[in-house]
Amino acid sequence: MTQTSVPAYTAFKTARPDQWVKSVTGDWEIIVGMEVHAQVSAKSKLFSGASAAYGGDPNSHVAMVDAGMPGMLPVINKFVVEQAVKTGLGLGAKINLWSRFDRKNYFYPDLPQGYQISQYLYPIIGEGSLEVASEDGSMIMVGIERIHLEQDAGKSIHDLDPNSTYVDLNRSGCALMEIVSKPDIRSADEAANYFKNLRALVRYLETCDGNMDEGSMRADVNVSVRRPGGELGTRCEIKNVNSTKFVGMAVNYEARRQIEILEDGGTIDQETRLFDVKTGQTRTMRSKEDAHDYRYFPDPDLLPLILDEAWVENIRANLPELPAAMKARFQSQYGLSAYDADVLVADKEFAAFYEEVAKGRDAKIANSWMTVELFGWLNKNGKELSQSPIGAAALGGLVGLITDGTINGKIAKDVFAKMIETGDEAAVIVEREGLKQTTDTGAIEASIDALMATNPEKVAEAREKPKMLGWWVGQVMKATGGKANPAIVNEILKGKLGID
Amino acid sequence: MTKLTELNLHQALSGLAAGDFTSTELTQSYLNSIEAQNASLNAYLVVTGDKALEMARASDARRAVGNAGALEGIPLGIKDLFCTKGVRTTAASKILGEFAPEYESSVTTNLWRDGAVMLGKLNLDEFAMGSSNETSAFGNVTNPWKRKGSNVALTPGGSSGGSAAAVAAHMCLGATATDTGGSIRQPAAFTGTVGIKPTYGRCSRYGIVAFASSLDQAGPIARNVKDSAIMLQSMMGHDAKDSTSLNVAVPDLVAAMAKGVKGMKIGIPKEYRVDGMPEEIENLWQQGIAWLKDAGAEIVDISLPHTKYALPAYYIVAPAEASSNLARYDGMRFGARVEGVDLTDTYEKSRATGFGEEVKRRILIGTYVLSAGYYDAYYLRAQKVRARILEDFTNAWTKCDAILTPTAPSAAFGLGEKSDDPIKMYLNDVFTVTANLAGLPAISIPAALDVDGLPLGLQIIGKALDEETVYSVASVMEQAANFSARP
Repeated sequence: MTQTSVPAYTAFKTARPDQWVKSVTGDWEIIVGMEVHAQVSAKSKLFSGASAAYGGDPNSHVAMVDAGMPGMLPVINKFVVEQAVKTGLGLGAKINLWSRFDRKNYFYPDLPQGYQISQYLYPIIGEGSLEVASEDGSMIMVGIERIHLEQDAGKSIHDLDPNSTYVDLNRSGCALMEIVSKPDIRSADEAANYFKNLRALVRYLETCDGNMDEGSMRADVNVSVRRPGGELGTRCEIKNVNSTKFVGMAVNYEARRQIEILEDGGTIDQETRLFDVKTGQTRTMRSKEDAHDYRYFPDPDLLPLILDEAWVENIRANLPELPAAMKARFQSQYGLSAYDADVLVADKEFAAFYEEVAKGRDAKIANSWMTVELFGWLNKNGKELSQSPIGAAALGGLVGLITDGTINGKIAKDVFAKMIETGDEAAVIVEREGLKQTTDTGAIEASIDALMATNPEKVAEAREKPKMLGWWVGQVMKATGGKANPAIVNEILKGKLGID
Repeated sequence: MTKLTELNLHQALSGLAAGDFTSTELTQSYLNSIEAQNASLNAYLVVTGDKALEMARASDARRAVGNAGALEGIPLGIKDLFCTKGVRTTAASKILGEFAPEYESSVTTNLWRDGAVMLGKLNLDEFAMGSSNETSAFGNVTNPWKRKGSNVALTPGGSSGGSAAAVAAHMCLGATATDTGGSIRQPAAFTGTVGIKPTYGRCSRYGIVAFASSLDQAGPIARNVKDSAIMLQSMMGHDAKDSTSLNVAVPDLVAAMAKGVKGMKIGIPKEYRVDGMPEEIENLWQQGIAWLKDAGAEIVDISLPHTKYALPAYYIVAPAEASSNLARYDGMRFGARVEGVDLTDTYEKSRATGFGEEVKRRILIGTYVLSAGYYDAYYLRAQKVRARILEDFTNAWTKCDAILTPTAPSAAFGLGEKSDDPIKMYLNDVFTVTANLAGLPAISIPAALDVDGLPLGLQIIGKALDEETVYSVASVMEQAANFSARP
C-alpha cells in the first residue's frame, strides 16, 4: 500500500502490525514518548551574564546568581528566548505569547538556589510536530506537546575524593529547552529517528549544537507496552540517554523487559530507570515512592514572559531552510532518491558539504562519492565529517574529474586514496601520476589487437559466450594501466569480438 | 552651636552646604552617639567607623570641588538585610556566618552615588521575620521610648527595629529599611519616626536578602516627612538587575509635599475598625480625619471588604516564598555549616542550628502550603484573596485619592510580651499587610502620644506609583500633628 499523505498519529494510536512485538502469548505494541533536554546555544546563561561555554576551569563560569548568593536576582536572557521561539517555529509549534517561570524546589549541592527555575504550567512553546521515518520507510508525524525553558544544574563530581563530593557550577544556570513529545512513537526505530531528526533540526536552527558527548542533548525515554489497541500499560522513564543508537537500544530492552514481566504474571512498577551503555540494559534508579514533592510555584523574582507578536513573526521570516524543505529540494534539484536526500539532510553539515561537492558537477556521482566512499572511509576510521582529511572543495575536484571524463571511476578510487595519504588535490595527483583517462581509440585498438593475438582461444570463447566480455575489459584496463575509458573499450571490443 | 546630632537630615544638608561643619564632623558626632547608646539599644550589629570617616572625608572633598550629591555627607544606618560589599551582612541570622558579600545592593549603591555615608549595619528580626525585633540572632533591639514613669524595656517593632530605634535615638540621620508586611511602618509608628514603603518595584530588590520576593520593598525610616522624601528619592529608580523593578521616572517628592490636600478625597475604610482596638487608636484616627478636613480635604467612607482575609493570605504567601528563598542557606557555599554523617544530616544540622525558631516556623508553614495536595487550598486560594484585595483598592480609587488608617493596633509593647504567641504577634500587621499584598505605597507618620506617653502612628495608603499624593497628605498631617516629642 502506498501512502499518499502522512498520517498524524492521535494519542495512543495503535501501532502498525509489522511493529508489534511477537511473543508466545500474543502480540504487544510499544508506546514511547520522549523528553529531550537540549542546551540552548547562547553565549551566556538563562538568567545571568556568565559564559555558557562548555568546559572551562571548574567554577570559572559562575555569576553570583548562578551560585545562589543572597540577594541575587535572575534576569532573563532575551537571546535564549529567541532561540526557544526559533526551535518552536522549526517544529511548526504554537508560540505562547504569555508564559511563566516557576520554581521547582529540591535540595542538592549542585543546585545552589535550592530550586530550579523552570516553566511548569505555562511553557513558552505549545503543540507542534516533527516528521520521522518509520522502519518500513513511511513517514509518521510525532506530536510535540510543549517546549519549556529551564536552568541546568551544576555538576557533582563524586570520584575525585573517596570522602567528598566536589561541585562545579559552570553549567549551573545554563539554559535548557525541554522538548516533550506526545506518546506517538511506536518502535525503537521511530524513537531513534525522532531523536536523530530533532538533533538535525536544532542544528539547522543553530539553537543547540547537538554535541551529545558534551551533554548538549539527552533524552528521557518513557516506555510502556500494551496489547495492540488495548489498555495502556504502566510506563517507566529511562533517564539521560545520550545517543540515537542508545535510544533505540533502550526502548528495545525496556519493552522486552516489561513484556517478560507481564507474561510472567507480574506488574510494572512506575519508576525512573537508567540505561547502562555497557550492558545495553536498564536498571532501577528510583521508584515512584521516592518521587520528590517539588512544591512548584510561580517564581516571584520574574515577571511573566510576554512576547511581541511582530518580534516572533520577524524570527519566523528569518528561519533558515529546514531539513524537510531541504530534502524536497534535493530530490527535485539534484534528482536524488528520497533515501539519498534523507541521508544528506540528516545533518546540516552533510547537506552543506554535499551542495559544495555537487556544485556544477554530476549530482548523483557527487552523492555516491560522498556517502559511499568518503563516509565509508570516515566510518572505518572512526572520524566525523568535520575531521575529514578531504574537504568539500577537494572532493568536488575529484568528482569534477570524473564528471568531465578526465578519469574513470576505478582510477578515481586510487586518486581518492592518494588524496587522503598526501592531502593533495585530485587534479595535482592525476597530473603527477599521469592518470588521465585514455580516449585515444588508436591506442586502445592497438592494445586490444595485441591481446587478441596472444589469446586466440579466449577470442573464440568470447564469441560463444558474450559474458566473457567482462574478462576482456579487465585485460584491456590492465594493459592500459586502468586509464582507458571503459565505455570506449567496451565499444571497440564488441566490434572486434563480434558481440552485439 | 547646637549638637550636630540635633539637626535633622535636611537641616544637616543646609549646614554642610553653608560650610557650618563638615561631613567628617557630622559623622564623628553620630559615631559618638552610637558609641554612647548602642550598648543599651543594640540597634547596630556592626559599626563601620573607619569606613564611615573615610566616606565622610571623600564627601567633604567632593563638596569642596562643588560636586555635591543629593545626600552629600549625610551619615546613614543600613538595615543588615542590604548586602554591603566587603562588610559582613547577616540578616540577623547565624546561618550567614561571617558572610561578607562581594557586591553592593542597588539601593545602597544609589545612596553612596548621592554622597551618603555608611555608619554601620542595623539590627532586625532574623530574615526580617518578626514584628518586635526579638527574633534577631544577635539579641533584640530596645526601643529608646519608655512608658511614662516606667523602666520596662519596650520593643521598637519589627522587622526594621534597629533602623527605627537608631533614627529615634539620633544614632543616624536616617536609615534604610525593608517592608514585607509592615516592617517599615510598624516600627516607625512605635518609635515616633516616619517610615514609607513605596510602590512595589520602585526600589530595586537587587542585593537585598530576600524574605518574600513578591512583597519585599525597601524604603527609608526618617525623622520627618521631608527627610523621608529626600532619602526615598535617592533610593528609588529603575534597575535592570531586578526584573520586577519598574521603569518609570522618579517623582519630585519634596515638591509634592507643598501641594496640600484641598479638594482631595480621603477614604476611611470601615473594615479597619478591628475588634479590641484601643479607644485611643480610634480617637487618633478621628483626630487625623479632623486635621485633613480642616486642611480642605473631603472625607469619604469606603469599603475594602476583603480586608479580613488579608492577614491569613499574607501568612500563606510570605512563608511560601520564604521557604523557597531560604533554601539557598544550606551550608554548602557560604555561611555556617555543621558537618553531619552524610549530606542530608549536614543539611539538617546546618539549618537546624543556623535558623532561629520563627524562621523555622515560617519555612515549615511555607513548605506545607506549597505541598502537593495543599497547594490549591492554601497558596492558590491566598493568591486569589490577593487579587480580591487589589480589586478592593481599585474600586476604592474611584471614590478617593488616598486612604487614612491607623498604622498599628497598639503602641509599642513590652519585650517578651507577645513572643510566646505567634498569632498575637502576627496581628501587629493587620493594618499594614494590605498595602504589601496590593503593592501600594504607604507611609506611617507619628501623630500623637498615648496615655503612657508612647508614640502612635497614622498610615496613608496611596495609589500605585502615586507617592506624590502620599507625601502631600503626610506633609499636611505632619504640620497639623506638630509631633515634637522625644524619647
